[in-house]
Amino acid sequence: MFAIGERINGMFKNVRNAIQSRNKDVIHGVARKQLEAGADALDINVGPTKGKAVDNMLWLVETVQEVTDKPLCIDTPKFDVMQEALKACRNPRIINSTKATEEDLERYVALAAETGSRLIALTIDASGVPADVDGRVMMGATIVTKAMEGGLDISSIYIDPVILPVNVAPKVPQNVMEAIRQLKLISDPPPKFVIGLSNVSQSCRETHLINRIYLAMAIAAGLDGAIVDVTDRELMEAAITAELLMEKQIYCDDYVAAYMRSK
Amino acid sequence: MAVPSVKESFSAKINQVTIGATAAEGGTRTRTVTIGGDTGLPLAGFEARYPNPPALVMEVSNTGADGWPPETKKHMADVAGDVGKWAAKCEQWGADMVCLRLRAAHPDEGGRSAQDCAGDVKAVLESCGLPLIVWGVDVPEVDNVLLPKCAQIAAGENCLLGTAKEKNYRTLAAACLADGHKIISESPCDINLAKQVNILLQDAGVSLEDIVIYPTTSALGFGMVYIYSVMERARLAALAGDRLLQQPVLLNVGEETCRVKEAKVPQDEQPGWGPAQARAPLWEAATALGLVEAGGGLFVLRNPEALAQVREAVGRVWPKAQ
Repeated sequence: MFAIGERINGMFKNVRNAIQSRNKDVIHGVARKQLEAGADALDINVGPTKGKAVDNMLWLVETVQEVTDKPLCIDTPKFDVMQEALKACRNPRIINSTKATEEDLERYVALAAETGSRLIALTIDASGVPADVDGRVMMGATIVTKAMEGGLDISSIYIDPVILPVNVAPKVPQNVMEAIRQLKLISDPPPKFVIGLSNVSQSCRETHLINRIYLAMAIAAGLDGAIVDVTDRELMEAAITAELLMEKQIYCDDYVAAYMRSK
Repeated sequence: MAVPSVKESFSAKINQVTIGATAAEGGTRTRTVTIGGDTGLPLAGFEARYPNPPALVMEVSNTGADGWPPETKKHMADVAGDVGKWAAKCEQWGADMVCLRLRAAHPDEGGRSAQDCAGDVKAVLESCGLPLIVWGVDVPEVDNVLLPKCAQIAAGENCLLGTAKEKNYRTLAAACLADGHKIISESPCDINLAKQVNILLQDAGVSLEDIVIYPTTSALGFGMVYIYSVMERARLAALAGDRLLQQPVLLNVGEETCRVKEAKVPQDEQPGWGPAQARAPLWEAATALGLVEAGGGLFVLRNPEALAQVREAVGRVWPKAQ
């Protein structure tokens, strides 16, 4: 599983304070902890930090790439901030994210192609998050088509079918899995999929339990990666085990350690 | 319309392992042997690179060649009582390496002392400049005294020592680390165990790049296909990035082939089988070549005619360097 560490996000108080006070040590610490836990990439999100988003983002990118060569997943809704951040980022880059409207896809696909970045595309359009499987599938197909038209290789695309909290959207966990299954059939090689896993348990009580069971289920449906709390050891073990059970790894008694050491 | 390329490319490759140390490297070998390095599935020269053809190793046993098929034994009958002379003859036969089997240390074979077996290792090192494999008897109490002594006496020569198994690997791992040798990781035709022994060795401090995998071996007609299957699955996983299966593979073809009747029985017992003098080397060579196609990197053989046949056949099919 392509594990994108979610912790460098201004919605977390320690990160927010560190960005505001330009405290590199704290950010380095959060980055290292995620890398040691097995993160394949790090999500970078300034969140609700005070000050200019672009300045905060540039500082964050600069700070994180001091301690790792791993891909940075630039997480911002603002196109101009995204452009600046991609320019400043020396590591491999992932654009997080675009919606699936025509205009958004055109400019974000072009940006990804120009900058040699991977692109996460959400199945959300002008009407919002689709209510059912079909809406997600149609948008997924649009994403793939627009990517190919724009010269972006299918291997650079991650479709995010937008998981929602199970307490308020009880059918969505199933719909997301079914959308992944269907969209895996539309091209060869098929597109890849990521989700923001923590969304499935937002404002629920058993967040860890719900997260890890859903991650295992979604991996069985074909999920390739997720934005997760990589420091949740049980979550990582669940993902590794799900992949073993999907024959993505050959079994050995120490298969968890084997997976972690292969990074 | 251009035909799309169907060449496969892989994200990872097989490790290269070098055995032996020349004077420049702190040993006394006249050459070193490097195996592995394949960047694709076996023999697909149009889409991958193969920097090292398989190494052909001749077996020397400190119990002699009694019980070996007559058509094989005839080649070493004059030297089988002297491991040094036998090893020297292996070099004449064109072997890349020698594999010294210390069978005499086994309780059933007289329980030759670790000290005397270490003397056998020394004799081979002195009489023959080829890189050396030293192989114990698979009795933990014996091996755990025997192999460290041999590792010590061969310190600096960068030998390949064996074998480490799931139930007994720590002592050999420590000896290899202390005296600078490579290690054979054995598992009984079991891909899960192959990974597990490698991870145990890694836990014990051995680098994954210093390991050669031994999945055991079966002769053609007697289970070679199972070995082939395990090697194929392992190779696919290795090329997809599984670091615990990226080690080159050793096959013990001579010993296994010598057990089968096709290699042994005289023609008057089985007239339809043809002359025994052709069959003994042919069964060995055919088994080896089947496993060359599975990606084997090191082949331990007994019959020098088989060695010649394998060498010639590999020469015909091995992808040329680009």
